[in-house]
Amino acid sequence: MTIIGWIQILLYCAIVVALAKPLGWYMTRVFNGESTFLSPVLRPVERGLYWIGGVDEKREQHWLTYTVAMLLFHVGGFLVIYGLMRLQALLPFNPQDQSAVAADLSFNTAISFITNTNWQNYGGESTLSYLVQMLGLTHQNFLSAATGIALAVAVIRGFSRSSMRTIGNFWVDVTRGTLYVLLPICVVYTLFLVWQGMPQTLGAYVEATTLEGAKQTIAVGPVASQVAIKMLGTNGGGFFNANAAHPFENPTALSNFVQMLSIFVIGAAMTNVFGRMVGNQRQGFAILAVMGVLFLAGVAVTYWAEAGGTSAMHALGLTGGNMEGKEVRFGIVASSLFAVITTAASCGAVNAMHDSFTALGGMIPLINMQLGEIIVGGVGAGLYGMLLFVVLAIFVAGLMVGRTPEYVGKKIEAREVKMAMLAILVLPLMYLGWTAVAVVFPPAVASMANAGPHGFTEVLYAYTSATGNNGSAFGGLTGNTLFYNLTLASSMFVGRFFMIVPAMAMAGSLAAKKAIPASAGTLPTTGGLFVGLVVGVILIIGGLTFFPALALGPIVEHLAMNANTLF
Amino acid sequence: MLREIRPAILLLLLLTAITGLAYPLAMTAIAGVIFPRQAQGSLIEKDGKVIGSSLIGQEFKDDKYFHGRPSATSAPDPADASKTVSAPYNAANSGASNLGPTSKALADRVKEDVEKLKAENPGAAVPADLVTTSGSGLDPDISPDAALFQVPRVAKARGMAEARVRQLVTEHTQGRLAGLLGEPRVNVLALNLALDAGASK
Repeated sequence: MTIIGWIQILLYCAIVVALAKPLGWYMTRVFNGESTFLSPVLRPVERGLYWIGGVDEKREQHWLTYTVAMLLFHVGGFLVIYGLMRLQALLPFNPQDQSAVAADLSFNTAISFITNTNWQNYGGESTLSYLVQMLGLTHQNFLSAATGIALAVAVIRGFSRSSMRTIGNFWVDVTRGTLYVLLPICVVYTLFLVWQGMPQTLGAYVEATTLEGAKQTIAVGPVASQVAIKMLGTNGGGFFNANAAHPFENPTALSNFVQMLSIFVIGAAMTNVFGRMVGNQRQGFAILAVMGVLFLAGVAVTYWAEAGGTSAMHALGLTGGNMEGKEVRFGIVASSLFAVITTAASCGAVNAMHDSFTALGGMIPLINMQLGEIIVGGVGAGLYGMLLFVVLAIFVAGLMVGRTPEYVGKKIEAREVKMAMLAILVLPLMYLGWTAVAVVFPPAVASMANAGPHGFTEVLYAYTSATGNNGSAFGGLTGNTLFYNLTLASSMFVGRFFMIVPAMAMAGSLAAKKAIPASAGTLPTTGGLFVGLVVGVILIIGGLTFFPALALGPIVEHLAMNANTLF
Repeated sequence: MLREIRPAILLLLLLTAITGLAYPLAMTAIAGVIFPRQAQGSLIEKDGKVIGSSLIGQEFKDDKYFHGRPSATSAPDPADASKTVSAPYNAANSGASNLGPTSKALADRVKEDVEKLKAENPGAAVPADLVTTSGSGLDPDISPDAALFQVPRVAKARGMAEARVRQLVTEHTQGRLAGLLGEPRVNVLALNLALDAGASK
């Protein structure tokens, strides 16, 4: 580890925190339906959309209607992607003549993109036409992100409203999120990325003749416009197979730094939106502090492990950190930082191959996802995920002192705790359950690229990533098989919607409650005690759930590595 | 609930058209005007022919050129499309080795490369990036150490003074952005082009 490395890490954190407040202010205005500086341009477009779509923006929805609207929207999104992939050979913008994508891979990819996972069983440049990249993937990058933000705002309204039956209008929230938040940032961001060297063209792949006379086919495409929303919306599905390690998908140290910022910026700002909507910004800062503690702990471990390198390489006389699977322009620190950020959020873009990380360096991304991606988390999804843990922590605190727990003026009762537990427990059911099936199913075992405990970690990582809607991978695992396409799709689906529905039910029940004023017996939820309590609950629940699985994978591999055992 | 079906279809189609067509096509048009070189892929032309992209690594085997890092990219086997064969720096199919820290295959491959390099320059320590594969398989850069390591071989193959080659390496070393972001590096293709240009003078 170097001082310059830590300065980069701290600079990163400082900028994320500095942006949270202004962006939180802006987003609060957007979702409260107030006018913004972009309204003169966007308001007519917004009105037109409601008029054609038959949406009455004044009419609010019950939590159940809100959830059904969201689900219907996703059925449509699924059909669009699936159809485009199956028919891409017949459609325009296909200069490389990519043929129709197989049914199981199309199914997996469609589920993957509507759930904001963006797991890559497809190899972008070798499988997909430009039309599918734009109309299928870019569009769903926007809409799954806008949906996440809309749901988080609806959950916040559950806390901030009292004695009300409704929690907002899904169509209005998703439209405003897309038009006022995601699209304007992406327009500026795309141009920045092209300036840094990212291609943005509809032309065919370039045929080059190298200095030594060899032929090289260079894949290009409308990359920048997709990468902008891929990062900002914490989607993470790459234009290219190598994702953000590809020089065209992440050309410079600056593009890398800004991409890392864009993963966290909306998620961090959502904590401020929460604070503003419940009437006390310090409530938001406390949540951001919980995230910050867990984040820095993860960065420290991964950076330390990667900078230390592997004993197999040291035995060959190599010095320095673990460079296998990393790019020279990013080096150890920017690769380690990126890995922790992308898994803390539910982004899943990678600028270095997690499969080649050291055992402990690769364990932190795994833990980040297993904790439910609540460390800033996916846009929106991170906040409602964290609020589930907050409800649980408040409940535990209430048990300790023998009082009905309350949070931001709302009594936390049996229904809220049941819903929170349901949402939290369904995740390990998917990733532990399917991993257990896969490691005793011979065709699934054959997909592992590495032998020994590392192969087990590849499978565990795949289901964890899919369930957490992350999308990063220990990429050696051959995921494009019928078994993995279907089981991973089921993990992604359950991981997304079986968390959303209980969270929305909790929001609906909270919105209907009366607000109660804080009293001398209320646990203050803005201080260090509260932050420590939430961190503790997260780590205890997480630790009890997945520590045995980690012991079989990265932990035993770390011990083997130090004993110079190779597999 | 039935009245949610109309927006589920129409709003979806409209938002799809805006974000999936209007946005990327508009960005393609604007980027093509403001940053035409980057938008096309930062291509380098020599005598009217494209010889590569300044951002994409290419394979160098000749002793008179600086070599990039090993690459783990592959291509479909011409004999059997269901299999793949090694194809270093295949810019139409990026990818990595994905071998882990306790992989015997990785240790064996690196050992072979280290021995080859040690034979080439026995005095110097082998830089780690020169024997490890990158995440994309298309890394255009090597570390300054990895470039300096190759100076004796390149100078000998070209009959140039080592000092002159070393000077070219120094000239092509890019530092951290603002002294802070990223890592010092040398773009292999740019350095090799400079070598060729210097040799023809």
